[in-house]
Amino acid sequence: MAGIVSVIVDGIAYGMLLFLFSIGLSVTLGLMRFINLAHGAFAMFGGYVAVTLMNGYGVPFLLLLPVAFLATGLFGAVAEKLVIRHVYPMPELQQVLFSIGLAFAAGAVANIIFGPQQQPMLLPGWLSQRISVLGLDITGYRIFLIGAGLVAAAALIALFNYTLYGARVRAAVDSRRTAEGMGINVSLLFSLTFGLGAAFAGLGGALAVGFLGLDPTFPLKYLVIVLMVVAIGGPGSIAGSFAAAIFIGVIDALFKYFVPEIGGFVIYAVLVVMMVFFPKGLAGGRTA
Amino acid sequence: MNRMKLSLGVAVSLATAALIWGGGAQAQQKKLTVGVVLPLSGTYADQGRHYEDGMKLYQKLHGNTAAGVPVEMVVRDDQGPGSGDLARRLTQELIVRNGADVILGYSFTPTAMSVATLLNEAKKPAILVNATGAAVLPRSEYFVRVSITAAQFAEPLARWALKNNIKTVYTLVADFAPGIEMEGAFKKVFEGGGGKIVGGARTPVSAMEYSPFLQRAIEAKPEAIFAFNPGGDVSVAFMKQAKERNLAKAGIKLIVSGDVVDESMLAAMGDAVDGVVSSLNYQPDLKNPANEKFLKGFHDMMGANAVPSARTVQGYDGMALIYQALEKTGGKTDADSLLAALKEAKVDSPRGPISIDPKTRDIVQNMYIRRGVQKDGKWVNATEETFENIKGTAN
Repeated sequence: MAGIVSVIVDGIAYGMLLFLFSIGLSVTLGLMRFINLAHGAFAMFGGYVAVTLMNGYGVPFLLLLPVAFLATGLFGAVAEKLVIRHVYPMPELQQVLFSIGLAFAAGAVANIIFGPQQQPMLLPGWLSQRISVLGLDITGYRIFLIGAGLVAAAALIALFNYTLYGARVRAAVDSRRTAEGMGINVSLLFSLTFGLGAAFAGLGGALAVGFLGLDPTFPLKYLVIVLMVVAIGGPGSIAGSFAAAIFIGVIDALFKYFVPEIGGFVIYAVLVVMMVFFPKGLAGGRTA
Repeated sequence: MNRMKLSLGVAVSLATAALIWGGGAQAQQKKLTVGVVLPLSGTYADQGRHYEDGMKLYQKLHGNTAAGVPVEMVVRDDQGPGSGDLARRLTQELIVRNGADVILGYSFTPTAMSVATLLNEAKKPAILVNATGAAVLPRSEYFVRVSITAAQFAEPLARWALKNNIKTVYTLVADFAPGIEMEGAFKKVFEGGGGKIVGGARTPVSAMEYSPFLQRAIEAKPEAIFAFNPGGDVSVAFMKQAKERNLAKAGIKLIVSGDVVDESMLAAMGDAVDGVVSSLNYQPDLKNPANEKFLKGFHDMMGANAVPSARTVQGYDGMALIYQALEKTGGKTDADSLLAALKEAKVDSPRGPISIDPKTRDIVQNMYIRRGVQKDGKWVNATEETFENIKGTAN
């Protein structure tokens, strides 16, 4: 029994990581209608920022996370201003081709700068220890991931639903012309929002290194699972992505545990079923 | 008049130069061209470099000629696994256009498979610098393997486990050909020696979340878990999660094939390799004259802090086989003589004595059991025991 519970808790923690990865994509895809397959590149950027700071300058782990968040956010906002905004009016296929090309290019650049090898990231002792909670042994890092995911989800839901910024973003998405007519600076708003999506990817990337490792193939490796989270959750819905990520994490863990012969494939079957019966995802097309 | 003299002089000296150059070229006509096909770009560029470094190092230390015949490398990039068609085309070009006498390379089993029929037609020997799959060698009688096989990884580990009174093992291998070969080879030796496999799971090749598999393995209460996964980030994730699950506390030993805890990933794994037992065909800390020479040359070439890998040695030995074959044939470069010599090769390699089994054309070598320990603040795999003359393919 304790075994099953610990598998579920581990699955939730894995789901939280998926949530942090995918939330930025959900924002750009759902709110800004931009198909950003280069999203993983921002996660990789955050990962490399974290690794470089930790191994090169001995920056403590807890400080790394906000730095990776801000640095990736800034990088995302600048990239949006310089390049990506020119892609918004293009048809979807061109957006896809452009952003997948960007992902490949980012991987190649990382290969040149950091080399093809795995990047080491050694977690502080208090995170790699196992902690007993209610008789369950859970790694500190998984608990930390769950906490980080909950905080991020709450903050984003609050931001988009209960602040003026969120209202402006939703207004701009629904009708850009009207929003501009009301005096909302939509172009600045989109830069900020894109930067925010990138920042969360960067945070997810920094958190992932200690768990999944980091190398230049990162932007493409997690693309499929991130797209699954967004598709099942419903693009643009933070609560939907949250639910989808946890759902995938737990389903994946349970099937790997109970039926290891097919465990690795069940989530893909789930995706197919979801897309057939709920093509708009869990959130059913509602935003935020 | 003056001008005419000048141009005449120029013409004469040009003609002389051409004569000397042409004569020189004629004397150099006999040479051995080694066509090298390796993954040198993309995800697996890193391992491709290791083989190439090893080949270059051998030539640096032993000169560019063997039996008076210059040996020349022509290197091509096959871009990694899944590019069999490209590897095949490159090999064909090397043979037809560059006049390659022997091919050295192929990091991946599928790549080697895709060139087998080509080699049969062209009748050119090829030395496999890796391509560890059991199915490769029977595909072409022109293949000779200088690397390692799944059976070589698994056999010494199974024997080590039996020797150390481990009675029950749970297997956890990646669900593709090398993993399944590894599982079979381990099971055969371990159960043959009286051990019992109490269960097992095959994990998706690129799985990143192992926690449920590990939990199930722990619940089967084996004395050890035998694991194999394809290296890189996958193995880093696996090792970290095995550490998370605290196998040692549950009284379970972790034994893995050496490539799971590859030297290049130890820094990323950290204390997750503590006490983990693995097998590999090369260890930098081996004490033998060939290794001393190799290490000195390697550090001169790559810097004092660089660490050679088994892959570097495999590239190095591939070249050593070619040099030895040339010496044996007395400089003859035709395919039949070369292949006959390669099949009987015996070399004092940095990894200890190695030889090619003439029947299977597979390598026979020592395997080293290592244990993850901390040394001067760094995690390393320290050699613990040697199993001698392990065959790549049983015959």
